[in-house]
Amino acid sequence: MAPIDSDDNRTAGEGEDLRSGRRRAARYVVPVAVMGVAAATIGLVPAIADSGDPDLPKVTAEQLIEKIAKSDVEQLSGTVKITTDLGLPDLGGLESGLMSGMSGAPGAAGGGDGSAADPSAKLTELVSGTHTLRVAADGPDRQKLSLLENAAEYSLIHDGKDVWGYDSKSNEVYHSTASESAGQPEKEAPATPKDFADQALKAVDDTTSVTVDGTAQVAGRDAYRLVIKPKQEGSTVGAVSIAVDAKTGMPLKFTLTPKSGGAAVVDAGFTQVSFAKPDASTFDFTPPKGAKVTEGDEMTGAPEHEREAARGDVAEELDGLEVIGEGWDSIATFDTGGQGLPTASAGGDLGGFLGSFGDQVKGDFGSGTVFKTRLVNALITDDGRVYAGAVTKDALVKAADAAR
Amino acid sequence: MSRAETRRPVRTPSPLWTFGLLRSELSITFRRWRTLALLGVLAAVPVLVGVAVKIETSDGSSFGGGGGGGEGPAFISQISNNGLFLVFTALAATLPFFLPMAVGVVAGDAIAGEASAGTLRYLLVAPAGRTRLLLTKYATVIAFCLAATLVVAVSALVVGALLFPVGDLITISGTRIGYAEGLGRAFLIALVVAASLVGVAALGLFVSTLTGSGIAAMATTVGLLITVQILDQIPQLDALQPYFFSHYWLSFADLMREPVYWDDLTRNLGLQALYAAVFGSAAWARFSAKDITA
Repeated sequence: MAPIDSDDNRTAGEGEDLRSGRRRAARYVVPVAVMGVAAATIGLVPAIADSGDPDLPKVTAEQLIEKIAKSDVEQLSGTVKITTDLGLPDLGGLESGLMSGMSGAPGAAGGGDGSAADPSAKLTELVSGTHTLRVAADGPDRQKLSLLENAAEYSLIHDGKDVWGYDSKSNEVYHSTASESAGQPEKEAPATPKDFADQALKAVDDTTSVTVDGTAQVAGRDAYRLVIKPKQEGSTVGAVSIAVDAKTGMPLKFTLTPKSGGAAVVDAGFTQVSFAKPDASTFDFTPPKGAKVTEGDEMTGAPEHEREAARGDVAEELDGLEVIGEGWDSIATFDTGGQGLPTASAGGDLGGFLGSFGDQVKGDFGSGTVFKTRLVNALITDDGRVYAGAVTKDALVKAADAAR
Repeated sequence: MSRAETRRPVRTPSPLWTFGLLRSELSITFRRWRTLALLGVLAAVPVLVGVAVKIETSDGSSFGGGGGGGEGPAFISQISNNGLFLVFTALAATLPFFLPMAVGVVAGDAIAGEASAGTLRYLLVAPAGRTRLLLTKYATVIAFCLAATLVVAVSALVVGALLFPVGDLITISGTRIGYAEGLGRAFLIALVVAASLVGVAALGLFVSTLTGSGIAAMATTVGLLITVQILDQIPQLDALQPYFFSHYWLSFADLMREPVYWDDLTRNLGLQALYAAVFGSAAWARFSAKDITA
């Protein structure tokens, strides 16, 4: 081993060198084996955990829908993972700026006036990317929804008549009373699988096929899988799959896959859920010392004017709003007043910029631009009509032709 | 050691010997000027952060003027309301670079430093065995991880208590906990931060067995650390990122949620254990078969 030894005896040393070299190499088997075991564990454990859908008594789709409707879960706490992929171009900060602008609220990114803790600005963040939420509920009067961020959290707490929004990153608080903000804060944006499921079940009619497609395990609970599929050809919605808890009838997971295939557009599911009564202290909130508190009423200052003004504009623009078709194929259409792109009024440059995202199409109706996402497509004709819906480009063109 | 033991005809190393070796390693490491200087710099970070926040908020305004906030290390906006948050901010500020750099210096020096000083063979003359020497070195590095983290935490605790009010604190989930529980959580966070450094320590020890130059080992370890931190920022590598030792470092903040969110914390600890096992055994494979020429 040591140089002194090998100097003594060269001929015997060579054979020994080879052997000791092999022995040295053999030692590296240990770290490689450790890595191999770790890789196997990481790869196999989820596969083992996933295997074996639970055996549950058979139910029909009608019974399952009824079960969801009758579900009276009032107390729960859990963690929800929500992933949305609308296929919008990833614009980073600009996107969230636009989103908060769209919701008509002075967002944190929008301007210095607004509160970073304003719920409507915060919850629109859910529109893209993957987020982890925590939900807790104890009856209709007490709910909490927390958006987990990096080393920070945004909490929306509804306790009796108070609604608190707390942004721990900026240490800002938003406060309003429940009657003003129309009851439950959760209703501002769908966040839990139940919210999504309610929306989807509203659309169930004779244009839809509803089936029970076996069972699944969600968050460690046995669940039925309800699959809703549009029958119509033009829809971009491939299927909606809802995992319904077998015991309580509570939707645990919601997945919307587009017809074009690929990743789900919306995937929201509990990763952990408990139907026990949450700790009462969960809903207790007093603004921390030194935190900036924005009252909901204060927000009705200058920004509210803008908001109302904006709403007025939109209402005016949407005056001629009509819905063509039915069920999943329905297309909303309205006249923007002969101006091509509606955003052109906001600024010619921006209009051109938006135009570059779209596809030019021609038909009997004339020509126009189609803006595509993975779910919703919109056709804006050159003479200013807008057709939008969760339908394919062809269906939009057909609708425009028919309207002509 | 007792007399009876030293008179034994064949000296088999007793288990206590390991502790003797560890004790001498610890005292050598912690008596070095280099180590003391590193700890001094780490202790100064909370002082700097605390004084900066104090000056900015001395006119009664909240940090960042209250307008949008959210810049800077985690928890910084809460410091002026509760001094205990300085502990979390200081740890969040030092964890990405300062702490692992200090650990990298100590770990990189562990074997290679002895080799370049020509003292490694004298250590091996003692009947300790290479594996035991390596384990002792690793234990010393881990002791340094803990000491460095506690230096930051204690310094921040003292500075925070001197400059800012203390009392009940609000978790980032908006619930209120008492000061005693807050202290408990701060201690737990310090332990988690120290455990987060175990992976870098093992990596540094492995690099240290590869070379005979202490400086080269330190530079390589710190270089690897910076490389991984940069790669962790590149969105295109998100498939690999969960396996970077630094990926879940800031998950210690999850201990401040109510209820605590354990998913990333356990992932972090598991990842550190994996790094320790892989690079620890690689260091053993290298060191136990290495020709010691210096």
